[in-house]
Amino acid sequence: MEQFTLTLPSAAIPQNVTSATLCGVVSSGNLEILVEPAATSDACRIVVNTSAHGFRDIWEAVLKDFARRHSVGGLSLSINDAGATPAVVSLRLDQAFETCRGELA
Amino acid sequence: MNGLQISYFEASARKRLSELVDAGSLVEFCPPEMRQTSPHLAMLDAPLAFDDGVVTGRASLSGHKVLVAAQEGRFNGGAVGEVHGAKIRGLLDRALSERPTAVLLLIDSGGVRLHEANAGLIAISEIMRAVLRVQAAGIPVFALVGGSCGAFGGMGIVTRLCTEVVMSEQGRLGLSGPEVIETVKGVEEFDSRDRALVWRITGGKLRRALGEATLLVDDLIPAFRTAAVSLIERYRAHPPVPADLDELLGVQAELTERSARFAAARDGREIWANTFAEASRVPEMTVAEFNIQLGEAA
Amino acid sequence: MNAPDTSAKRWDNLARNRAARLARAERLASGCIVPSEQIVQLLEAVIEPGDRVCIEGNNQKQADFLARSLIKTDPSRLRDLHLVQSVLALPEHIDLIERGQVSRIDFSFSGPQAARLARLVESRKITIGAIHTYLELFARYFVDLTPRVALIAAQAADREGNLYTGPNTEDTPAIVEATAFKGGIVIAQVNEIVDKLPRVDIPADWVDFVVRAPTPHYIEPLFTRDPAQITEIQVLMGMIAIKGLYAEYGIKRLNHGIGFDTAAIELLLPTYAADLGLKGKICTHWALNPHPTLIPAIEAGFVESVHSFGSEVGMERYTAARSDIFFTGADGSMRSNRAFCQAAGHYACDLFIGSTLQIDLQGNSSTATKGRIAGFGGAPNMGADARGRRHASPAWLRAGREGRGDIAMPRGQKLVVQIVETFREHMEPAFVERLDAWDLAATANMELPPVMIYGEDMTHIITEEGIANLLLCRTPQEREQAIRGVAGYTPVGMARDPRMVENLRDRGIIRRPEDMGIRKSDATRDLLAARSVKDLVYASGGLYDPPRQFRNW
Repeated sequence: MEQFTLTLPSAAIPQNVTSATLCGVVSSGNLEILVEPAATSDACRIVVNTSAHGFRDIWEAVLKDFARRHSVGGLSLSINDAGATPAVVSLRLDQAFETCRGELA
Repeated sequence: MNGLQISYFEASARKRLSELVDAGSLVEFCPPEMRQTSPHLAMLDAPLAFDDGVVTGRASLSGHKVLVAAQEGRFNGGAVGEVHGAKIRGLLDRALSERPTAVLLLIDSGGVRLHEANAGLIAISEIMRAVLRVQAAGIPVFALVGGSCGAFGGMGIVTRLCTEVVMSEQGRLGLSGPEVIETVKGVEEFDSRDRALVWRITGGKLRRALGEATLLVDDLIPAFRTAAVSLIERYRAHPPVPADLDELLGVQAELTERSARFAAARDGREIWANTFAEASRVPEMTVAEFNIQLGEAA
Repeated sequence: MNAPDTSAKRWDNLARNRAARLARAERLASGCIVPSEQIVQLLEAVIEPGDRVCIEGNNQKQADFLARSLIKTDPSRLRDLHLVQSVLALPEHIDLIERGQVSRIDFSFSGPQAARLARLVESRKITIGAIHTYLELFARYFVDLTPRVALIAAQAADREGNLYTGPNTEDTPAIVEATAFKGGIVIAQVNEIVDKLPRVDIPADWVDFVVRAPTPHYIEPLFTRDPAQITEIQVLMGMIAIKGLYAEYGIKRLNHGIGFDTAAIELLLPTYAADLGLKGKICTHWALNPHPTLIPAIEAGFVESVHSFGSEVGMERYTAARSDIFFTGADGSMRSNRAFCQAAGHYACDLFIGSTLQIDLQGNSSTATKGRIAGFGGAPNMGADARGRRHASPAWLRAGREGRGDIAMPRGQKLVVQIVETFREHMEPAFVERLDAWDLAATANMELPPVMIYGEDMTHIITEEGIANLLLCRTPQEREQAIRGVAGYTPVGMARDPRMVENLRDRGIIRRPEDMGIRKSDATRDLLAARSVKDLVYASGGLYDPPRQFRNW
């Protein structure tokens, strides 16, 4: 497993997120994302645990775009990945974000 | 949206649970943010899941208090490791003190997690004893089987220890999985790649015809919910009573007789032929049609 | 003036040669029927060294018994053959080359034998005339590649030699027409010989010999896609195609390639597209094989007409029961015809959409990879603007306006769309600076790199990142950045000019899902009208009978 942590600047999430949500499943080509409230309101902390080695630059690009696209300051994301493509990672990030904002049933 | 209703088979464990119980009622025990992950998988440098592949908690179902566990078949085949097993066993122990109306086990598992074999085996044996203890205390335990991994190995046994077993046609129930049988006994014994044969032998329609599954439902989460609610209502009126020795001997005699009767059977069709006029059509039948014909024949 | 001396020149050499061949075969047949155990002798009697031979087969039905029989012939007698046929798909096709009986091949597709073929070409055991599209090869049958002997496959024959080819008629009419009317020999393998055929697809006087094959001809269920394997990303791309392209242009007449991406679109029609109010407005007329994944859309009343290149295993009863939709004979069974359907796909459709393996910065796309000569099949005919088209439709005119700008002469353009995930499996990028096709062309001594769709024909690229509308690009630089702009996190995508890409987005050349009002998180498999093969069977009212490998019941 390869592990790394990024702290990315992002506008503060407008909602008051108090509880954790989990999105996705750890299975081949897929990942789970645990979203939790964090103390810093102007940054998003992301911990990645991935079984696919050597793709850190792609992870950083995907995650930076995510932190730019959405206001996710004040959130902490923990990712367990089993070799998802960037397409799946992006989709799951959006789902996790919308779930924690209570947009999804 | 115009889409079909949500498939139980395809949904994740969390999705199944959240749609099964009353909306928003689930309170999770040992939730993902506690990060009770498998130390064995970590040692092997394998991917972890924050809930170790099983969701456990308390919820209400049609207003009744229930304790629930849902295995995630897509994480390591829903296999039972030390933490995963402890969460289920702990849930069952808790039932003795909390006394819910029922315990629901949403089983989706190939059995013991090979990465942590001994711990997993012990966990399964603990779950078996706990299931019996809960029932002995007058609380029914219902198994729901409709996921992609079915209920095999130790979890196959756990399923059969439950008070009632609700299955979909897609659900499978057995002891050794088809691949294991083929590896040990050869392809002539069981061709695990013949998917139709695998389902005719392990799938919900055969298990229901044999009486091992007590209800066959459509592959939709609301169908499982409806079945679970009806079972709760039934057992609220008549709580389970532990079987006495005579009853167990009776069941044993029935099984012995069944084993002899079907000794030569190689395929579910030969067993359906006992109860269905058109045994060859059984795989194509809708669940509604199957249940009607089963009711008429019974 | 003296009359020209015509006595020295004979004008019926083909007919006399044909008569000589038939005479050599006379003792082997009773009427036109040849016993299967005599087939090798028959082939040796009627085929001559240097002959152009067509062994019928496509990616669906195969004259497999005749192919197996041909490799039992004496290589010293049957040699220097020139194969002119749609596919080199059976091992026997390649065995013939390895046995030294074939010196030249002209074909379209060789997917299953691509690696073996590449090795033979590299070791110079075979000369490739050209790799064609199907329609192009059929065209050459009538110009300079007419078969001398055609070995074809039919479902059934009667005792006169009339043939029933039924739903899998496919290439047979084109091959037989060219061969029979130019003094050639036609030999048909059939699954059964009957007293009365359901209908006559090929008349007896175009057929010289009929042999009943010991086993029915093989048919590959190539167009069956199990809905269970469609991913959320494919659902997302399907939503983008429907809302961002089909609805925008009002695409009514179209062709879909094979693949899970397009299967997802088909399964979203009765759900997602219906919710957008698009029923009757898009996807009414198709040039398409009877895809099982189209069943829910047909049942929902989305589809008015489908003409097919070939059939699909298990769809026979369904197509027969939906004769308003499919082309069916008086007997009730479907008839396909690859040549006509290719023409229909080329001239009568407003849109082609399919997947590919590699797209370069000019928008050229290719499925070629090193060490594999796989050919084209029919996709390039669908995936090319029909320059000869002279009838208008709103979609075609709009594409023309977008692509040609304000030119004096109004003219339309076909929409040619590639739908790809930015990364394929094993993190292989779908976008590349340079196509592998160049290397393959160099190692295989090909005059042209095998490009499936040329950049100049490609109008849109769909990925999970959105749509790039290449029609609206005005310079090669814009085109390159539009492609980079939907190439995601591939090296090609990461090397984009972010400012230029944002500018293209402002101009609507690049459209992200959110620009089209598509919420990514709505992309779930729950949107699919069928999620398993069994769902398709239920949707068909039990008429669809899927092959065994797709059943779990």
